[in-house]
Amino acid sequence: MASSVISSSPFVCKSSQPKDLGFPKSSQISVHRCQKRSISRKIVSVMAPQRSSSTTGSVKTGMTMTEKILAKAAEKSQVVPGDNIWVNVDVLMTHDVCGPGAFGIFKREFGEKAKVWDPEKIVVIPDHYIFTTDKRANRNVDIMREHCREQNIKYFYDITDLGDFRANPDYKGVCHVALAQEGHCRPGEVLLGTDSHTCTAGAFGQFATGIGNTDAGFVLGTGKILLKVPPTMRFILDGEMPSYLQAKDLILQIIGEISVAGATYKTMEFSGTTIESLTMEERMTLCNMVVEAGGKNGVIPPDATTFNYVENRTSVPFEPVYSDGNASFVADYRFDVSKLEPVVAKPHSPDNRALARECKDVKIDRVYIGSCTGGKTEDFMAAAKLFHAAGKQVKVPTFLVPATQKVWMDVYALPVPGAGGKTYAQIFEEAGCDTPTSSSCGACLGGPADTYARLNEPQVCVSTTNRNFPGRMGHKEGQIYLASPYTAAASALTGHVTDPREFLQ
Amino acid sequence: MAAASLRSVNPTLPRTLASPTRSPPFQSPFLRFAPASITSFSNLKPLVTPPAPSSSPFVTRSAAASPQERKTFHGLCYVVGDNIDTDQIIPAEFLTLVPSNPDEYQKLGSHALVGLPASYEDRFVEPGETKTKYSIVIGGENFGCGSSREHAPVCLGAAGAKAVVAQSYARIFFRNSVATGEIYPLDSEVRVCDECSTGDVATVELREGDSVLINHTTGKEYRLKAIGDAGPVIDAGGIFAYARKAGMIPSAAAA
Repeated sequence: MASSVISSSPFVCKSSQPKDLGFPKSSQISVHRCQKRSISRKIVSVMAPQRSSSTTGSVKTGMTMTEKILAKAAEKSQVVPGDNIWVNVDVLMTHDVCGPGAFGIFKREFGEKAKVWDPEKIVVIPDHYIFTTDKRANRNVDIMREHCREQNIKYFYDITDLGDFRANPDYKGVCHVALAQEGHCRPGEVLLGTDSHTCTAGAFGQFATGIGNTDAGFVLGTGKILLKVPPTMRFILDGEMPSYLQAKDLILQIIGEISVAGATYKTMEFSGTTIESLTMEERMTLCNMVVEAGGKNGVIPPDATTFNYVENRTSVPFEPVYSDGNASFVADYRFDVSKLEPVVAKPHSPDNRALARECKDVKIDRVYIGSCTGGKTEDFMAAAKLFHAAGKQVKVPTFLVPATQKVWMDVYALPVPGAGGKTYAQIFEEAGCDTPTSSSCGACLGGPADTYARLNEPQVCVSTTNRNFPGRMGHKEGQIYLASPYTAAASALTGHVTDPREFLQ
Repeated sequence: MAAASLRSVNPTLPRTLASPTRSPPFQSPFLRFAPASITSFSNLKPLVTPPAPSSSPFVTRSAAASPQERKTFHGLCYVVGDNIDTDQIIPAEFLTLVPSNPDEYQKLGSHALVGLPASYEDRFVEPGETKTKYSIVIGGENFGCGSSREHAPVCLGAAGAKAVVAQSYARIFFRNSVATGEIYPLDSEVRVCDECSTGDVATVELREGDSVLINHTTGKEYRLKAIGDAGPVIDAGGIFAYARKAGMIPSAAAA
């Protein structure tokens, strides 16, 4: 099976297919939305990595997806890496931690009576410090409510009853997952957010990156931002994904390869047959962590999987774009995914990669499954599948924090495939996990002292989150092993860092 | 590792990733875009007015930045290592403090670098204080990586630090430093964090072209990369103050 996938390698295709199947397609795709379902599953950008010759008849320099999105948003026909351009913003997202500061700067700079540039293009998602008695944290949500009321912000996912999050129909939870679930992520657009993991939305084939409060204050007033066009690094992942691997393994593999600064200022574009086979949630996991390599944004060419997801959630029209065949990439990496093994990032850096099986002697104190990168429906499904396959009890406290209210409902409503109709929640209960809690960013970033599952002792935690710098989950001497939901669940069952193959297959 | 052998860097391209340590020198956003693009501001709502051609901010600013205009910071160094992430600069529990609120701005300063591990024996800010005695932070690679929290450069500036001298920066930290004007993020050409110690007396001299870090304790001098066009933005106190000074946007009072 794997070999047949490999045989569709772009370099083989290039010589065996008629030339007109090369790159001109992308323009049709980007203009005629109705045709998108008929597009080839091949990623056109991989077809011809070298610059095109004049035989194509095209004199225009090829652009990458990111360059095209930024050019369009800057109303330019062409941009090149290094260009500083004013970009029109499609969506600005902010949350309870940075929103008050961003609106504070907006008011200070544009005046107390100033109005935001477009109340329908600003999405405010309280998610960081919600279920806490910390007065300043609670106040910050109140501040956001006031601003949203005053500015008629259309999308404010409010929470007022902290006692039972289900009593808040508008409340979502983790912003990056909520943005996708509520239809705010759309191919070809520019999404900015006051959070470094805004890059998650690159999974939808859009330009998405994190900004600070001051830049956000400027965007609130003008709808524009000055950006430097980043050069693009291309990561081609081919091969059949083994059943025990998840997108988290892929991105930890890549970050381990290029380091936590390997993509600083750059775009990471992911393509290849493996990427095409990934679900949207898995693609989000991949793009979520490009910032852990220093990347400005991550991006995945949109395809039928993308369109199905997006069209079920929004009626806003969008225009997907794709890298030209003659686009320039500053680096090309290739991975044969069929040969990869489950990995973890050891303390205290996301690039401190090791095979999960190499860490089997590491004794752990707890497991955490949650966050924008590891708290989605499919992340919990994976953990539940492994628990069900193993049929054992966890040996360490296992904390489950669904990213959003929708994920929480899925955990309680959806049956685990092959588990005789049992829901995720039933399987978690049988395995002895803590009851899935209210959706929020939770202990991923520590947070106020009373945050659920916060690492308050110098313990060892296997976590499906995205950062393991010192103090990230609370205690400075805490040790965090970043891992896929499969690996996290397997580790919970043994009390040691564990390769999930011990329980799967 | 299996993947190590699978990795293939395109040989026709510069092998920038062979040593993935250095971030490219910052090119200021404020000088590079063509004057034509300034006119796109005229499409904006009244919040922003296009500058008259004769008063192009870029011309006047360049002319104003005469070589005599030097900035010098003198004080004690606080030395840290590589990959100092924003959780170590300002732990997440303090993000409830809103930087645009003056009282909370001061409090942020009192927590600057409090997330560093216990292996750092000297505190950047003494308990109970809001200001640091160190005016220059010296770091290694990838300073300020991690979250996009603007609280990070803000807390350093609020504590009274003037400059960070590091080998390289994470992108968002660099941009937030410039946007807020809180601190000068300066690039060293060599690994100064290995040659300086916390408590060393040092001077940073910002000059057109060849800025330097002088460590008076060791007697060594280090060249710093030019801060370029980001310098005047920080001098002015951030992008808003700069844009106003340069005539890119009207004064807040008009709003």
